[in-house]
Amino acid sequence: MEAGPVTIPARRATLAEQLSLRYIDPWLLAASLGLIAFSVLALTSAGRNEVAGQPDDFASRQAAYAVVGIALMVAVWRLDYTRLRDLRVSLYTTAIGLVLLALLFGATVRGADRWIELPFFSFQPSELAKLLLCLSVAGFAFELVRKRSRLGDTAVLLGLGLVPAGLVLLQPDLGTALVLIVGTLAVLFVAGVPWQHFAAIAAAAAVIGGAILTLGPAVGIDGIHDYQEDRLTAFLNPSEDPSGTSYQVRQSMIAVGSGESTGRGDESTQTELLFLPERHTDFIFAAIGERFGFAGAAMMTTLFALLLWRALRVMRLAHSFYGTLTAAGILAMLAFQLLVNVGMNVGIMPVTGIPLPLISYGGSSVLGSFLALGILQGIHVQAERRARRPSAYTPLPALPTSAGPSRSPR
Amino acid sequence: MRFAVVTGLVIAIVAVLLLRVWSLQVLSGEQYRALAEDNRIREIRLHPPRGEILDREGRVLVDNRSVVTLVLRPAELPKDPSARKRELVELADLLGLSYEEIRTRLRLDLPSQFGGEPIVLKEGLRRPLLFYLLEHQQRFPGVSVERAYVRRYRAGSLAAHVLGTVGEVSPGQLKGSRSGALEPGDVVGQSGVEQSYDRQLRGAAGELKVQVDALGRPKGELGNVPAGAGSNLRLSLDADLQATGEEALSETGKPSAFVAMNARTGAVLAMGSYPTFDLELYAKPRTPAEYRALAEDPDAPLLNRADQGGYPTGSSFKPLVATAALEEGLVAPDEIVYDGGSLTVGGVTFQNAGGAVNGSIDMRTALQVSSDVYFYRLGAEADAEGEHGDIQDWARSLGIGRQTGIDLPDEGAGLLPTPAWRDRLYRSEDNPYIDRPWTTGDNVNLSVGQGDLQVTPLQLATAYAAIANGGAVVTPHLGARIEGPGGRTVSRIRPPPRRRLPISDLTRGTVLEGMERAAMEPGGTSYPVFGGFPFAVAGKTGTAERGEGAEDQSWYGAIAPAGEPRIVVVATVEGGGFGVEAAAPVAARILERAFELEREAE
Repeated sequence: MEAGPVTIPARRATLAEQLSLRYIDPWLLAASLGLIAFSVLALTSAGRNEVAGQPDDFASRQAAYAVVGIALMVAVWRLDYTRLRDLRVSLYTTAIGLVLLALLFGATVRGADRWIELPFFSFQPSELAKLLLCLSVAGFAFELVRKRSRLGDTAVLLGLGLVPAGLVLLQPDLGTALVLIVGTLAVLFVAGVPWQHFAAIAAAAAVIGGAILTLGPAVGIDGIHDYQEDRLTAFLNPSEDPSGTSYQVRQSMIAVGSGESTGRGDESTQTELLFLPERHTDFIFAAIGERFGFAGAAMMTTLFALLLWRALRVMRLAHSFYGTLTAAGILAMLAFQLLVNVGMNVGIMPVTGIPLPLISYGGSSVLGSFLALGILQGIHVQAERRARRPSAYTPLPALPTSAGPSRSPR
Repeated sequence: MRFAVVTGLVIAIVAVLLLRVWSLQVLSGEQYRALAEDNRIREIRLHPPRGEILDREGRVLVDNRSVVTLVLRPAELPKDPSARKRELVELADLLGLSYEEIRTRLRLDLPSQFGGEPIVLKEGLRRPLLFYLLEHQQRFPGVSVERAYVRRYRAGSLAAHVLGTVGEVSPGQLKGSRSGALEPGDVVGQSGVEQSYDRQLRGAAGELKVQVDALGRPKGELGNVPAGAGSNLRLSLDADLQATGEEALSETGKPSAFVAMNARTGAVLAMGSYPTFDLELYAKPRTPAEYRALAEDPDAPLLNRADQGGYPTGSSFKPLVATAALEEGLVAPDEIVYDGGSLTVGGVTFQNAGGAVNGSIDMRTALQVSSDVYFYRLGAEADAEGEHGDIQDWARSLGIGRQTGIDLPDEGAGLLPTPAWRDRLYRSEDNPYIDRPWTTGDNVNLSVGQGDLQVTPLQLATAYAAIANGGAVVTPHLGARIEGPGGRTVSRIRPPPRRRLPISDLTRGTVLEGMERAAMEPGGTSYPVFGGFPFAVAGKTGTAERGEGAEDQSWYGAIAPAGEPRIVVVATVEGGGFGVEAAAPVAARILERAFELEREAE
C-alpha cells in the first residue's frame, strides 16, 4: 500500500452541535414550549361554536405558527446577535417602515389599521416592530449611555421609542404603543440613565398627558379616541354598565371566576356560548381560567414566571452590554404584556387589546414572540460559549503552549 | 442595583396576578359560577290556559282563545342605543305603529322594564307578518312571537260584573301572593269570580329552562315543568235568567240592580247591575284613555250595584222591622193599631206616604197597605241605645250593615244607623240636618227604611231569605263547584249559613201573609203588578227618599212561591220613583222567567 498523506477526516458536527443545543437555556426553552402547548390546548376547546367567516380550527393554525416560530427561534439563536448592533440604523428604519406600512396600507379591523393582508395570513407589523425596536434602541443606548449621561442623549433615546409608539397610536393601537414605550424605558433604565432623567421624563409625561386630556377636547382635538377613554375608565367599575367594554370585562371575570379551583372542562359555558368576547385572542386567559380553573391559570402564570426568571438570568449572564440591554427590552415587553393582558382578563387593568405572548391566537404575535425568544437564547448561547471556553477569545499571552481544547472555535 | 429593581418588578407582577386569580377563582368562585349559570340559563314561564266559567246548566260563559302575540323583552334588546333604535323603528314600521308609540309602551311598563319583563306589543299577528318575523329572527333580538291565551266571552257581556275581568298581576297582588305562586307578567283575576276563584282558575304555571348563548339563541333544553291547566268553575248562575234580568234592567234605562237567589241555600241564580260594561275591552291591551273613561264614567258602569251599591230601602225594610217587633213582643200579630195618617214623636210629626189614613189595622194589613204610622209606632217603642235596639239587633242579625260573605271581591257593607254611630259622627249643632245627636225620630225613620240606612240589594235578599226559610241567614254564593277536566267535580261550594235566628212559625207566617196580601190582594201595594200572577208571591215595595232634588229609590223584594218559598228576588232602580212602578216590574219579569224555567226543567 502506498503511504499517502494522512488525511484526518473532518469530524462532522452533530445536529445538536449545529443547533448549539449545549449552550441554550433549557429552562427558557421548556417554558416557551410549555406556553405554546398550553395555547394550542386552550384553542382546541375555545375554537368550537365559531361564528361564520372565521377560521374553523384555531388550534391547528396556531400549531402551524408555532412550528414556524420555533424554527425561526432556532435559526436566530445560532446567529451571533452582537452583529445586529452594527445594523441598528437599518433595524430601526425597518421598524418605522413596518409601522408606517400598516398605517398606510393596513386593513381596517374593528376601527384600527393594524393588519397587512398577506396571501396566507394577515400580518401585524407592530408585533415585529417591537423586537426590532428593542434591538436598535439597545444599540443606540449602548453608544450613547456608555460615553456620557447627558439629558439630551436620554431625550434622543426616548424619542427613538416615542416615534414608532406615536405611529402605532395613530392606527390606533394604544396597547402596542405602550409596550414600545415600556421597552424603551426598560432599555434606558438598565443602561444606567441617571434617576434624575427618569424624574424629568415622568414630569414631562404628566404635563403633556394633562394637556392632552384637558386642552385637547377644548380645541376640538381628541388626543385619544372615545372608545379608548371608555376602555381606560370602564375597568374601574366593570359592573356599573352591562354594555360595551365593561360588559367584556365583566364576562371575562365571570369566566375566570366560574372556573373555580379545577375548571369547568366541557361545561365552560362562558366560553362556549360566546359570552366571553375575543376568547381566542385578548381574552384567552379567561377561557383558560374557565376551562382549567385555578390549577390551569396558576400553571400558565407559573410557566410565564419561569420564562421571565430565565430572561432575567439571560440579562445578567450576557457577555456584552448590548446583550444585557436587548434582553432588558425584551423582558420588559413580555412582563408588561403579561401584566396588562392578564390584568385586563381579571378586571384589574384597562382593556387595551394587548395579546398574551405565546398564548393568544395570532401568527404575528407567535412569530414575533419566538423571534424575541430566539434573541434571548442567542444571548445565552454566546455567553455560554465564552464562559466555557474563555481561551478562545482571550489567549493567555504568557504561556507558549496551548492549554485550551483542541477544537478551534470556528 | 438596577437588576434588583427589574427583578423586584417582575416578582411583583407575577405575585399580583396570581393573587388576583386566586381571589377570583378560589375565594369568589362560587359566586361567579352562579353568575355564569344566570348568563346561560333562561327560564321561560309557561302559562296554562285559564279554567272555563260555566253556568249552572254547563253553558260556557268564559273560555279562552289562543292568539299569536308579539312579545318584546326589553332586557334582550341591543345594548347599543343606536342599534336598539334601529331595531325598534323597523319593528314599528312592520307593525304599523310609530316609533314613539313603542317607546311609550316601553316607558309605560317601566316597572316591568326594570324587571326585564316581557311586554306584549301586539296581539293577533297577520300571517305574512308572522312568517316575516320568524324568518328574520336574527335581525330582531329581544322580539319573539309567542302563543298566548286570552279570555273569550261566549255570552258577550252577560253577567259582566259577576264574571269580572282578568289582567296582569299588580305589584300589590304580587306582594300579597304566596312566594313563587305569582310572577310579574302573570295574568290573574282582577274582579268578579275571576278574582275570588283565581287560585282555582289560574292553574299552575310551568317552566321551561333553556340554555342560550350570548346572542340569546337557544342551545338546548335543560328542563321542563309542564303547566297545569286551571280548573273550571261551575256557577249557580242561570244564564237564561240572567239575560232576562239584565234585559229588564236595561229597559228601565236607569242605574239599577237585581239579585235572584235560592231562599234556602243562598245559591245566586242571577245577579245584574246596570249600566254594564264590555268585557272584551279587558281582553285586549287597552289604552289608559279607554280605561279612564270606564273608571271615571259618572254612571259607574264598573260598580256592581247588586252587592256594592248601598241605598235606603224605604218600606222594603218593614218585613225586617215586623220580624223584630213580633219576636221582641212589641206587638202581637193580631193587635189592632189605629193609623190616623200621622204620628207625632218628640214634637216632630211623621206622616203616611201620600197622606193616606188606614184606620184600625193589624200587622198583616199594615204590611199589605204599607202603613207607615203602624211602623212609626214600633220604631218609637223600640227606642235604641248605644249600638243596640230591637230593630238594629234584628236587622244586624239578618245581615244588614255587614258583608254577606258572597264569593265576590269588594262587597259593600252598607250602613245600619245606631245611636252610637250617630253620636260618634256628632260634632256640633251648626247643621242640624246632617250633624245632630241621635233622637227617637231616627228610630222612627229607620222603622220605614228611610234616613241614614244603606242596604245593598244582596243584603235585602239575604234578610228576606232568612225570614222566608225560618231563620237561616244564608251565605250567598255564585260558585257551585270546581270542576276538573271532563267535568269531573273537584269540590262542591256549599258555604253554611252565617247563623240561624230563632224566628217562630207564627212570626214567619204573619210576615209572609202580610207580604203575600201586599202582592196578591186588592189594596196591596204591588197588587197592580202581581195581581194576575199564576203563583203566589210575597213581596214588598220600597220607595226611599234620597234627599232634596233627587228622585226616589225604587225597591222591590219578593219571596216566591209564598206558601213554600224557594226563591228570593230583589230589584232596585235609582230614581225609579214608587217601588211598584219601576222595581216591581223588574222583579216580576225575573220571577216569571224563573218559574217558566222551573217548569221547563220538570
